[in-house]
Amino acid sequence: MLASLTRLQRYYLYYTVVFVVFVLILALLERGGMPPRWVGYAFLVFTVSMYAVIGVFSRTTDVSEYYVAGRRVPAFFNGMATGADWMSAASFMGLAGTLYLQGFQGLAYVIGWTGGFVLVALLLAPYLRRFGQYTIPDFLSARYGGNTIRLIAVFAAILASFVYVVAQIYGVGVITSRFVSLQFEVGVFVGLAGILVCSFLGGMRAVTWTQVAQYLILIVAYITPVALLSYNVTGNPVPQMVYGQVLSEVSKLEDSLFDSPSELEVRDLYRERADLYAQKIMQLPHSLTQERERLSIQINELKSSDVQMREIVRLERERRELPHDPVQARERWEKEMYQAVERSQPPQRHAEAFPGATQEERDAQRINFLALIFCLTVGTAALPHVLMRYYTTPTVAQARQSVFWSLLFISILYVTAPAYAVFAKFEVLSHLAGIPIAKLPGWVAAWAKVGLVSIEDINGDGILQFAELSLNPDVIVLATPEIAGMPYVVSGLVAAGALAAALSTADGLLLTITSALSHDVYYRIFRPQSSTQFRLVIAKSLLLVVAVLAATVAAQKPGTILSMVAWAFSIAGAAFFPALVLGIFWARATRAGAIAGMVVGLVLTIYYILRLEFGGYSWLGFADGTLDPWFHLQSTSAGVFGIVAGFATNVAVSLMTRPTPQAAEFLERIRRPGGRDER
Amino acid sequence: MNKMPASYWQKTSRLTAWLLSLWLVLTFGVTWFARELNAYTFLGFPLGFYFAAQGILLCYLGIIVHYSRRMRDLDAEHESEAEPE
Repeated sequence: MLASLTRLQRYYLYYTVVFVVFVLILALLERGGMPPRWVGYAFLVFTVSMYAVIGVFSRTTDVSEYYVAGRRVPAFFNGMATGADWMSAASFMGLAGTLYLQGFQGLAYVIGWTGGFVLVALLLAPYLRRFGQYTIPDFLSARYGGNTIRLIAVFAAILASFVYVVAQIYGVGVITSRFVSLQFEVGVFVGLAGILVCSFLGGMRAVTWTQVAQYLILIVAYITPVALLSYNVTGNPVPQMVYGQVLSEVSKLEDSLFDSPSELEVRDLYRERADLYAQKIMQLPHSLTQERERLSIQINELKSSDVQMREIVRLERERRELPHDPVQARERWEKEMYQAVERSQPPQRHAEAFPGATQEERDAQRINFLALIFCLTVGTAALPHVLMRYYTTPTVAQARQSVFWSLLFISILYVTAPAYAVFAKFEVLSHLAGIPIAKLPGWVAAWAKVGLVSIEDINGDGILQFAELSLNPDVIVLATPEIAGMPYVVSGLVAAGALAAALSTADGLLLTITSALSHDVYYRIFRPQSSTQFRLVIAKSLLLVVAVLAATVAAQKPGTILSMVAWAFSIAGAAFFPALVLGIFWARATRAGAIAGMVVGLVLTIYYILRLEFGGYSWLGFADGTLDPWFHLQSTSAGVFGIVAGFATNVAVSLMTRPTPQAAEFLERIRRPGGRDER
Repeated sequence: MNKMPASYWQKTSRLTAWLLSLWLVLTFGVTWFARELNAYTFLGFPLGFYFAAQGILLCYLGIIVHYSRRMRDLDAEHESEAEPE
């Protein structure tokens, strides 16, 4: 059987065996008394140095190798590399958590992120491969002609990829700060080093082969804990098959727990708190002065009596931390109010599709669900760093096959994520809710320290109610091993997998940004006569600059990972998808149409995101507060408007302008038969 | 332009169009009724949940495999028409 494998497949098989042996040895060492911290270090050092070795061996000074791995990546491996390229920190850490929090509603991510590959297979990959250049702006510029569209494409590619890469590096910071106890900011720059060893010397070639290695680690790491958990709970180690039964257990627990008197009491208390904040906000600025006076009186009273100093210090700090002015007060109290409102809502049942109290609410949920799917599919089919990978196969036929492999490898993770969520919910409902707070397991405190878990005994009964617990989505996957009481080596494995997911995606993205800048802007527009050697020098230095910039932004901890990534999908979908698809399938699409469509799509999408998310910030010029969502759509689905407007504008303007002269020749070239031997 | 093997492109676009509409119906049509489908049970799962979490992914893989096979055959059929580069 070994002999039937190709040389590459054998190498990666050996590599996987080495990794598994390494994990087993660590497990033995841990049992022998190795402290958890060292297990974490061992994983970090071992995996990153593996990637570094692959990265150094794949170094190259050839332009085609640097941008498209010499177009020699077989379909199977390109599928695997695409899988790693594609599955980001958000897929690895955030998806299961989102599914935990949102239940059925979270499945929009699963459907959207996989459904996009059908669009890639049918509409884009074969044509991009037959065209056979280096970047997506290359394709648009060849189809429509001119450098304007190239520049817009470069701008959109960088915008979408940069948001995305920041999210990845942020993910690396979270992982390293938790598992090897580095400071978050230090962890971010360790991640940066991990990214650079893979991509700096060898470009696409090195990134491809490290991505294959990273895929193997991330999939082993993703499946192991949930398989163990599944075996513990059901006696069957294939979680994807059996979590249906656990899901029905969860539904039973939900029925008995959600409407119990103590849960209702807690939710009422949160509602009262929300009302209190609402009152305070209404009475601004008076309420702020009142608050300050109240604290001052209290402090003075305490000072005159002889209570402990600690109490006074606490109150003084509270007074110091009061908002400085009514604007800040409004902002902060609104946030508190929304949190309280959220916690006062009755929790959603996990399996229920489009939950809501009224038909209207259910319809809004359904529309949001489908809109999010739409955005994510189209965004998937338009993300430059994924599309670029289909330039690297040897033939058009292999490009088509490799979409199949990509989706297969990706699906392995996406079929597992809902199982994670269900098992985690089962553990929380059966082993956490209703437990005295003093007796909570250790992992709750450990993750509360990092700020990813928060508990608040609002009714003061000393017992944790379900509504008093709030989990950050990222914590589900990272904490599952601890939740199930597994040895620390499993946690280390998960961290290594999450790291692999974040690093591999960050590499692909960085390469996209770099090639957009060095190939499209510098070489194609700025200086077509520059030597290949100098182009590579430019590419490598830009890579360094962009990576450092992204890490610096990530160190500021902006937003949550998942919503940031979802914005990237909307941006990429609105900018690229209409221009690419119409460019391939509609001969009449013109340059003016494509440019207008891209600009309109981009502007509309960005406007919607900014208005909805940053409406309260006067420096953006939106002092009048947040926009009311159109058709109840959240900002993660902003692309719906952008994509539709992009298509409409493209078609309308194209029909008004004269056909692009080189279109016919271009289309004849990419629509020709022949799946083989197109170098 | 006339020398271009139009039938190859026509077949390709027809195949693409039909698979794309199948994709559309699965993704947006079936999902629309997830709430109603949840009334049925399949392998221990509520059916709507199962379809969104696993069933639809299998359908997607099927679509891509079918496309890839059909296109390989089409390529072989029309290989003689392909002009050398």
